[in-house]
Amino acid sequence: MPPNTYHNMSDLFANWQLLSFSDGGWGWRMLGGFWSTIQIAVGAYVLGLTIGLFGALGKLHGSTITRWLLEIYTTLIRAVPELVLILLLYYAGTGAINSLLDAMGHPPIDISGLVAGIAVLGIVQGAYATEVIRGAIRAVPRGQIEAAQAFGMSSITTLRRVTIPAMIPHAIPGLANLWLIVAKDTALLAVVGFSELALVTRQAAGVTHAYWVFFLAAGALYLSLTLFSNLLFKRLEKHARRGQPELS
Amino acid sequence: MDNGLHRSSNEAVVVENLHKQFGDLEVLRGVSLRAHEGDVLSIIGSSGSGKSTLLRCINLLELPTSGEIKVAGEAILFNKTKKGLVPTDIKQVERLRTKLGMVFQSFNLWSHMTVLQNVMEVPIHVLKLPKAEAREQAEHFLNRVGLWEKRDQFPAFLSGGQQQRAAIARALAIGPRVMLFDEPTSALDPELVGEVLKVIKDLANEGRTMILVTHEMKFARDVSNQVIFLHNGLVEESGTSQQVFYETQSERCKAFVSSIH
Repeated sequence: MPPNTYHNMSDLFANWQLLSFSDGGWGWRMLGGFWSTIQIAVGAYVLGLTIGLFGALGKLHGSTITRWLLEIYTTLIRAVPELVLILLLYYAGTGAINSLLDAMGHPPIDISGLVAGIAVLGIVQGAYATEVIRGAIRAVPRGQIEAAQAFGMSSITTLRRVTIPAMIPHAIPGLANLWLIVAKDTALLAVVGFSELALVTRQAAGVTHAYWVFFLAAGALYLSLTLFSNLLFKRLEKHARRGQPELS
Repeated sequence: MDNGLHRSSNEAVVVENLHKQFGDLEVLRGVSLRAHEGDVLSIIGSSGSGKSTLLRCINLLELPTSGEIKVAGEAILFNKTKKGLVPTDIKQVERLRTKLGMVFQSFNLWSHMTVLQNVMEVPIHVLKLPKAEAREQAEHFLNRVGLWEKRDQFPAFLSGGQQQRAAIARALAIGPRVMLFDEPTSALDPELVGEVLKVIKDLANEGRTMILVTHEMKFARDVSNQVIFLHNGLVEESGTSQQVFYETQSERCKAFVSSIH
């Protein structure tokens, strides 16, 4: 039977028991995929934020060479489609690591899909986060940083106590976007065979032909993640902006 | 009045033959000044005369092109480079900066901290004071500038005059040897100038050492024991308040201060 034909409407929606958590149900596997999605997204996001912070500082205060290298990084990563980058970094990356290990006389290692996924998406996120955070740091009034210097703060203390907390309200909208993007970009890892939510959904649907059931369920899971994140980011932004009067 | 050659042992800030160049523009062309403990030294002059730059060179917010600076008797060490002077030891600069309480024209309070947190910040994170002690001391200074009730507000919710008083409390809380004021009332609405000047005047009366860049001529005349009139990056006239305002030698300075007579 071709997967997109149905005998009647009841076939369309009647197979909800396929999602059950008992034997023969796909519930646990779907949730497992969702859990992998969240792990990759959180890992890649944290990696991306770290790269982004250092990238932004390097672009603003680094040597000429540092700035050039970072410019190449952000330009290349943002120019190439993410799917291509994922294939490239995943296969070329694991290949490079293993030939390096081989050259040093070590046996090849099997790089886990989780680690590879986090690394690949994190590197992509880092390029965008660099630009978001660079813009946010530049939005901090110069005088507040000058005041920190004038009172004898070291550059590290100034960064930790003034620059970073003062740039966060400017960065949150952009960084919230990046989180929503990475949460959905995890689905691209299906092409390298990593068993996250999108791949599990496709497998379940392929096996059972209940496309509506599984893709609606996956959609609901992605949506719940988005709604929950929005709530969180709204509260974060409100907290970060507590020192600023609201626009009326 | 005695400006005291024999008091040279308690020099708070000494600037010797300071030059500052921005590109082709020479803003300071060899300026010297000397502030002793307890001095209130005002720097006056028209816009572009270099007075703010001079003040900002004292705590190295601007790096001078050449010259010497001493803070609390200690000379700041510089390396001479093609671009001008570069501090030899950034730790020395950071240490000496904690002896200079800077008050800015545009307040520059940290917007993500409450007023109290602003005042406690440097004592805790630079001077490493215990938190309770820093808090007690911050509340004391906020009380002095009349802002104790506003301590838990964020700066953006205060008036300009209140923000500047908070900024003065922040500078006092580091226990500075010298207070530096960079046109502290220039960004304020006219009706808010008085409350800030009153706080500064009280500080002068209690014998604090202060260097003040200002456009408030009457105020400079009344609080200062030393006045420097800068013109085009040079000291055109200097002396006691009486000398600069009433026994003026230079024609330019005469014209400049005549507005208040």
